[in-house]
Amino acid sequence: MADRKRDLLLRSIIERNPIALLVLGICSALAVTTQLETALVMSICVTLVVAFSSLTISLVRAHIPNSVRIGIQITVIATLVILVDQILKAFYFDLARQLSIYVGLIITNCIVMGRAEGFAMSNPPISSFLDGIGNGLGYGFILMTVAFFRELLGSGTLFGVEILPLTTNGGWYLRNGIMVLPVSAFFLIALIIWFLRTIDPVQQEKN
Amino acid sequence: MAEESLARPFYTVLILALACSTLVAGAAVGLRPLQEANRQIDQQRNILRAAGLYRGDKDVQEQFLTIRTRVIELASGEFVSADRIAPETFDQRRAALDSDLGRPLSRDEDLAGLSRVERYSLVYLVKEEDRIDQIILPIRGRGVWSTMYAYVAVDADLNTIRGVSFFEHGETPGLGGEIENPRWQERWRGKKIYGPDQEVALRLVQGPAAETERAAAHHIDGLSGATNTGNGVSNLLQFWFGDHGFRPFFQQLQRQRGLNG
Repeated sequence: MADRKRDLLLRSIIERNPIALLVLGICSALAVTTQLETALVMSICVTLVVAFSSLTISLVRAHIPNSVRIGIQITVIATLVILVDQILKAFYFDLARQLSIYVGLIITNCIVMGRAEGFAMSNPPISSFLDGIGNGLGYGFILMTVAFFRELLGSGTLFGVEILPLTTNGGWYLRNGIMVLPVSAFFLIALIIWFLRTIDPVQQEKN
Repeated sequence: MAEESLARPFYTVLILALACSTLVAGAAVGLRPLQEANRQIDQQRNILRAAGLYRGDKDVQEQFLTIRTRVIELASGEFVSADRIAPETFDQRRAALDSDLGRPLSRDEDLAGLSRVERYSLVYLVKEEDRIDQIILPIRGRGVWSTMYAYVAVDADLNTIRGVSFFEHGETPGLGGEIENPRWQERWRGKKIYGPDQEVALRLVQGPAAETERAAAHHIDGLSGATNTGNGVSNLLQFWFGDHGFRPFFQQLQRQRGLNG
């Protein structure tokens, strides 16, 4: 049983990563990965939302009429997202401004809906909660990896701390302009998917 | 899965909606004071930034102590005493919509696309050793998608721009949204508002700003790919430095032999 719990928590990081294997939640992965800080906050927000929406939905899953289940899932998710947004605005105003609409867009993040519909509707609360946390971690893992390269190569910093002194500030590193643009996240995510599927061939799609 | 009947989906959804809306409303009301305080600090930061006084490592509210907030009547350009309208509680955006504190603009007047304008405005005076160094004015106007809000800092000569900070807008990110870019805002510094005939000459131009020295003093580099946002910015400058904006206030100050006379 303990093994199964650990498995639920960890399998979504490499084996069943929501971005790399299921290719869900790409949109926000492009938008918030220019800096590690925003990527970290976004990952935490998504993890919390997925975990608690899965928990809530799993708790009431016996009472959800089949005909309106999607609507109910969305209502639960939207409520949680608004709560996260309000809390960010109250305590981390600067971050809330940087993340701006992307916090609100967690509602449409396919990972959240996907876990609610695909897992929480048919599994007990604790497992659903762990599955949510696990998927959040998997999402966060990709986001942080992408943000690491984008911030380092694009701005010469990590978490805002200067690592490679930029030529514009009198250093030697000529920044890579494409890393600041959203397209670079596409390339990086593609490379990560390639890498993961090479070390773990089970993930490769059958022809 | 729950058993299906006709009424069941309705009351399940009803209960859920009730629970969720209570949570959301509770959070919104409970956290409002904190959010309001944050917003205020953010406003103060934008004002400091327009004036070029903002230091990231110091407390915003402490830095703001050097700035005096006053209310003026736009039409006459005179200061309004704090007993009549307290600057701390005056909500300028709401005032424009109020039937006493605001007024509708006719089509000819309405260069900035505001449709209503307030009768009173906040102004922020930056003092340096007892003399006023610069004045920061709130300005706004229609862009392509949204109303753009900014603070503009004007030197004590009432003609030279000291700085600008666009802080709220919904323009296209990467195109019109570049009005937020500090490097672009940097280019406003030192530009002159009024031309030789006291007309508002300050505006955005496409391509590199004009070569002749006189034109260059009034022209700000436009943003590529954002012609209409640029026009919006030019129009709002035309409005706010014109007769319905701050020109009466400037004239009033000049009549009193300048700011520090």
